[in-house]
Amino acid sequence: MANIVIDGIRKNFGAFEALKDISLTISDGEFVSLLGPSGCGKTTLLRIIAGLETATSGDVLIGERSVIGLPPKDRGLAMVFQNYAVFPHMTVYENVAFGLRMQKADDRRVKEQVEKAAGLLHIEPYLDRYPNKLSGGQRQRVAVARALAVEPRVLLMDEPLSNLDALLRLEMRTELKTVLQGAGTTTIYVTHDQTEAMGLSNRIAVMHDGVVEQVGSPVEIYNHPATRFVGGFIGNPPMNFITVAVEDGAVAAGTLRLPAPAGAGREVVLGLRGEAVALAAPGDGLDMTVRVAEPMGSHLLLTGAIHGQPVRVILPPAERVRGGDVISLRPDLDRITWLSPESGKSYPAAMA
Amino acid sequence: MSQNRPWIPYVLILPSVAFLALLFLVPLVQTIWLSMSDNGVPSLANAQRMAGDLNFTRSLKNTFLLTLAVVPVQLAIALAMGTMVGKIGRGRETILWIWTIPLGISDLAAGLVWLAILQNSGYFNSLLYGLGIIERQTSWLSYQTPVALFLAIAVAEIWRGTAIVMVIIVAGLNQVPKEFREAAEIFGAGPWVRFWRITLPLIRPALQSALILRTVLAFEVFSVVYALGGRNFPVLVGEAYNWQNQNQNYGVAAAYAVLIMVVSLAATVVYLRAIKVDPERLP
Ligand SMILES: Nc1ncnc2c1ncn2[C@@H]1O[C@H](COP(=O)(O)OP(=O)(O)O)[C@@H](O)[C@H]1O
Ligand SMILES: [Mg+2]
Repeated sequence: MANIVIDGIRKNFGAFEALKDISLTISDGEFVSLLGPSGCGKTTLLRIIAGLETATSGDVLIGERSVIGLPPKDRGLAMVFQNYAVFPHMTVYENVAFGLRMQKADDRRVKEQVEKAAGLLHIEPYLDRYPNKLSGGQRQRVAVARALAVEPRVLLMDEPLSNLDALLRLEMRTELKTVLQGAGTTTIYVTHDQTEAMGLSNRIAVMHDGVVEQVGSPVEIYNHPATRFVGGFIGNPPMNFITVAVEDGAVAAGTLRLPAPAGAGREVVLGLRGEAVALAAPGDGLDMTVRVAEPMGSHLLLTGAIHGQPVRVILPPAERVRGGDVISLRPDLDRITWLSPESGKSYPAAMA
Repeated sequence: MSQNRPWIPYVLILPSVAFLALLFLVPLVQTIWLSMSDNGVPSLANAQRMAGDLNFTRSLKNTFLLTLAVVPVQLAIALAMGTMVGKIGRGRETILWIWTIPLGISDLAAGLVWLAILQNSGYFNSLLYGLGIIERQTSWLSYQTPVALFLAIAVAEIWRGTAIVMVIIVAGLNQVPKEFREAAEIFGAGPWVRFWRITLPLIRPALQSALILRTVLAFEVFSVVYALGGRNFPVLVGEAYNWQNQNQNYGVAAAYAVLIMVVSLAATVVYLRAIKVDPERLP
């Protein structure tokens, strides 16, 4: 077990800056996700931690010791690749045993560890088979078993579920969480799927264009996005952003008068989660022109505009709203995020 | 579409099948018949005459020795080249292009290139003389220096025929995603273990094709030998050529041709057995 410190990592590919000064600290036994859209540098960062790629500058410490310059095998880590990279010419048993064999473990220990890992991931029936005979989900399990069999200090996973179909992904997600909670291994998990990151992680680092935009628990990140990007990337529907004018330290939004955040200029962006609103009496609150109403069963999804700016809100399923209606909404004041229109950063929440 | 007209694929491959049958199978059968008959009567006279000839044992031995010397070296060089070029990012195509230049030169031209280097007044002697290593022109390609002659021919053959092995190996290496090697590295395998335990098993099909192709070609070696050694270094194809052209004995020439074919087929079978390719165990 070990903590990980990522300190000022930069990575350039030629003139292109893939990672721009990334710093992140991960505690012993913690599960941290690197979450962000495709191309934001998640894989590059993971490969630098693994030692498969060299950083242009910066330091990586695992268990208080700098690992820059150490080959991957001396970093005490294991990795699950996006395409699994399960060796096709070895049986499942030999795949799971591979790391132990490289450590020259004796046959008894190999057998013990392989059986333990195989048991955790329910792959005992396939131990004698070759991976090409297995389904994607089974191969995925083999890859995880191979990583757990060496009892790594640090486990790295690069989009391990992205090649599975939706149903299997959900099932494997739950199972991974069960298995890893037991193991207590420090884990870095790369994904572009926010539900995976939210469901699995102790903390999430949201990445965008080679920078970490925010680090926090799933709830923190959801409720208090540090930037417009984070708010827009997390949540389904994503956070709504409505630009409103500031006059005399107050924001006029519909019939509402809200105190403007300290430091606001002439305009400010009101960040509002789709479900952080309630239907109000007509003319009392924010007016929304509803374009489409979609009854989803568990909730009612409304798409339309507030102040002429596109929004999506969620109401209880029993509300009677139809496309073309104009309704009034009252936002939950505790769940408003104020953002700067220029920098896209959120203002610190006012002390209550 | 093709379900309605199942004969279409057959029609489409018919020309190539007819072409091969006419220009390959017919001469093949004729050659076999020619080698095993005498004046239209089945007979082993040609084979006996071939085996009784002074040069038969020498040419058989030379051909096999050359194959044994050349093919493993070519495979090793090709693997090294393929591995090296795999580590290169920019300029990779150019390097591959330069490495495959010998492929574009005819066998005979290749032989003449090496003749220009190794003959008495050639570049090699000039170089050695210039460096003060030898005092006067030394001959490397005469019947009095069989070892030097053998080495010269082997080197020329290696130079000429390694590129095709490399092309096949590089194609094979390209089929192996880098994650396999990276996974092995993460789990503690050093470069040698990665090469022997991961890369090599995963390129079995390419290894098999390259070895079969290169070995069969090595059994057919002729032009380079002819350019460098003439009749000082008899090989099987050379003997077939001599019986055909000098001696005008087509029967014995055909017997040599059939022998080369049998040897090649046998080598192919050995490779197919030795390097099993199981599609279940490939990437
Ligand atoms: N070896 C490389 N050479 C050049 N550019 C690269 C290389 N690897 C990654 N990149 C670029 O760096 C950026 C980040 O890539 P990556 O880390 O794979 O993103 P992610 O995993 O978040 O999708 C991408 O724009 C990608 O094109
Ligand atoms: Mg990636």
